[in-house]
Amino acid sequence: MATVTLKNVWKTYGRDIVLERVNLHVKSGEFITIVGASGCGKTTFLRMLLGEETPSRGELLMDGAPMPGEPGPDRGVVFQKYSVFPHLNALNNVLVAEEFGRAPLTGHLFGAARRAARAKAVEMLEAVGLGHALKKYPHELSGGMQQRLAIAQALMKDPRILLLDEPFGGWIRGSARICTR
Amino acid sequence: MKRFINQRPPRAVGYLLGLLPFVLLLLAYMAASAARLAENPNDPLLPSLGTMLDTFWRLATEPSRRTGELVLWVDTAASLTRLGLGVAISMAMGLVVGILAGLIPYAGRTLSPLITAVAMIPPLAVLPILFITFGVGELAKIVLIVFGIAPFIIRDVQQRVSELPTEQLIKAQTLGASSWLIILRVVLPQVFPRLLDATRLALGAAWLFLIASEAIAATEGLGYRIFLVRRFMDMATILPYVVWITLLAFLADLLLRLVNRLLFPWYGGRRG
Repeated sequence: MATVTLKNVWKTYGRDIVLERVNLHVKSGEFITIVGASGCGKTTFLRMLLGEETPSRGELLMDGAPMPGEPGPDRGVVFQKYSVFPHLNALNNVLVAEEFGRAPLTGHLFGAARRAARAKAVEMLEAVGLGHALKKYPHELSGGMQQRLAIAQALMKDPRILLLDEPFGGWIRGSARICTR
Repeated sequence: MKRFINQRPPRAVGYLLGLLPFVLLLLAYMAASAARLAENPNDPLLPSLGTMLDTFWRLATEPSRRTGELVLWVDTAASLTRLGLGVAISMAMGLVVGILAGLIPYAGRTLSPLITAVAMIPPLAVLPILFITFGVGELAKIVLIVFGIAPFIIRDVQQRVSELPTEQLIKAQTLGASSWLIILRVVLPQVFPRLLDATRLALGAAWLFLIASEAIAATEGLGYRIFLVRRFMDMATILPYVVWITLLAFLADLLLRLVNRLLFPWYGGRRG
């Protein structure tokens, strides 16, 4: 089953053509890397998948339905920079993903719900190798650790698609292997 | 020899250098005062330090013959209440309006031109309107402070909100946050320390508006007192009051800085 389908997608800004006749099928479980010179439209493509931009022509489908026009929890993302919240420590950066989904009014979980969410967050942080840095704020983490933290955040929502914008900048090899596994 | 831009004073020398201008000014004042008082011991313009201390002590500890109150403390309480209320209301407005205008495009388009226009109005020019509308009581003075500093704080908060990286807002959306939760958990906590910074910058203006309104119509207050005794050229009261006001302003600034450092440990490190 194709998860993401692009049918003859164009993106133009006025008379500038950024993307032209893009056709793509991405199946569930596939890992796709997009490589290209700077300015070739990689970021525009990413923004379209996020719902920040809409195609000027053609169709962009997810699971057969048009891609929603704004970012949502079905599409996780890790940016090169600014992916984590600087005012929250590592644990809360991951925990907040759970709280966004389950506490629409207060944005905070309490009691047993919080303990369960916390356990899930700790498990996720240990999976990306940050189990020792739960209380650290992002500015106390290295660039690579921040990226892993951002991946842990995104995985909390179990997204249909995980979008990574130059995620391996500043990565050590070991962590790159963890991610592509 | 090293270039001047590379020469750094040792810590102790640095403190002494900082103190030096104060000492020099004080010495210059004392010399001028002594010279004047030598000619006319009753001269009120440059009172000696001893006279000023006596006056200040009397205002702080002896009940006034006219009202039976301790003048300094009554004045201080009145002024700080007005200042505190004015600043608190301005901060609340700054937070609510600034975040809405900075984050929600429809709110921004609606409010920004109005905020910009209001910020252009010189607050003291509307002081007569405030006195006519709200009477000469407390309300007009507090409204003047709000009128003077709220637009500045709102615009600063709005600016800070719009400077938040787009990536963060998108990230929050991909984690399932609504507009409300983005305000509550992403924007508000990050903007709060900046609100305190903006308030620190606005405090000087707040004091200006407070003293101006007290000078015109009041029955007590620090600004009221110094303008009242001006008629008698009572420098022995005015000068200590100015020092006292400066000290209070300094302490208010220090308090806001401490709150920022204690409550938001991530704030300082983020810039580094």
